[in-house]
Amino acid sequence: MSTPHVLLGLLATGPKHGYDLKRDYDLRLPKAKPLPYGQVYATLGRLERDGLVARAGQEREAGPDRTPYAVTPPGEAALDSWLGAVEPPLPHLNSVLLAKVIITLLVADLSRARDYLSRQRQAHTDRLRELTAVKTDPTASVADVIAADYGINHLDADLRWLRTTLDRVADLHGEVTAR
Amino acid sequence: MSFLGTRAAVRSYGPTPALRGVTVDVAEGEILAVTGPSGCGKSTLLHCLAGIMRVDAGEVFYRGRRIDTSSEGERARLRRTEFGVLFQFGQLVAELTAAENVALPLLLAGARRREARTAALAWLDRLGVADLADQHPGEMSGGQQQRCALARALVTEPRVLFADEPTGALDTLAGEQVLGHLVRLAREQRTTVVLVTHDARVAGYADREVTLRDGVLDPTGLGIAAVRR
Repeated sequence: MSTPHVLLGLLATGPKHGYDLKRDYDLRLPKAKPLPYGQVYATLGRLERDGLVARAGQEREAGPDRTPYAVTPPGEAALDSWLGAVEPPLPHLNSVLLAKVIITLLVADLSRARDYLSRQRQAHTDRLRELTAVKTDPTASVADVIAADYGINHLDADLRWLRTTLDRVADLHGEVTAR
Repeated sequence: MSFLGTRAAVRSYGPTPALRGVTVDVAEGEILAVTGPSGCGKSTLLHCLAGIMRVDAGEVFYRGRRIDTSSEGERARLRRTEFGVLFQFGQLVAELTAAENVALPLLLAGARRREARTAALAWLDRLGVADLADQHPGEMSGGQQQRCALARALVTEPRVLFADEPTGALDTLAGEQVLGHLVRLAREQRTTVVLVTHDARVAGYADREVTLRDGVLDPTGLGIAAVRR
């Protein structure tokens, strides 16, 4: 994920200081990798250095100084360019799951490979059930539902792949170990 | 003995075995998903549990009593009063309006016409399709028809709802709406649900999942082709 572009996008809805930006990130991308405050401020610093955001006054509310930032015209152009660019499908299959299955087939016997695939499937199924509960919670926001859907559909794809792989496991195991 | 279940259930279609000794237990109030690929026996298991079909061997029980040995009349009574069934295609009666379709099980059970209509309208309202009460199935979308079919399955307030691929013919969003209603109402009514599906995303709505392969329970939940080798 491109954190600078995501922060530019969140700032495009109106000037915000770092604290509000972090809260907005958590709200809009509830299941994404957590973004520490330190990274928010460091990214804002780089965006300011590059002229993509600028300070928009200063708020002081009882507590410490809070500096709101706004997107500059070059920042708007950078965001626009990012939003319009097609993300290429990943050129390499970098899944740990894929690598682990191949190595399991290489070094483990058939029953151990099946046992691993079965337990992996259970873990995926449990997570899928958790995300379904998140999604169907009456208090779930649209962002929660969209994020849960993303996770559910990826887990479902993994589950179908695991099932097909187990159907093929004897052939794969023989082929991998014969080399 | 659990609330609902089978012991070593066997069922064949001519020479083709569909269930080969399936033992499954369903707790009261539980939503159980029965998953597996096409032809694995999951719909046959549902039909046997619901008393629609008899097992060739083994036992089917409900609330402490065997129902596989019950008379056809007794099993028909169970299906009218204790069980609700929802299929992939709602199987609404084309000539009747939505309200008339939903009222039908109550009328068959001897309710007065006005009472049956009042109850039907209340259930259509709970499923968000009250405005379709006087429309015929042909005038509704697939999702709307399935919500009416769900209202019809629940109007008698059954203890058990059997749902066989209830969203199999719907697009994703319409299917989610039907499943959302099904699960919410089941929890509210403490209805036990047996949900047959081949889709992991649908099974995700259940409390628990059992997988069938070639007529037997598959403890790995995965493929049995490798096991066969």
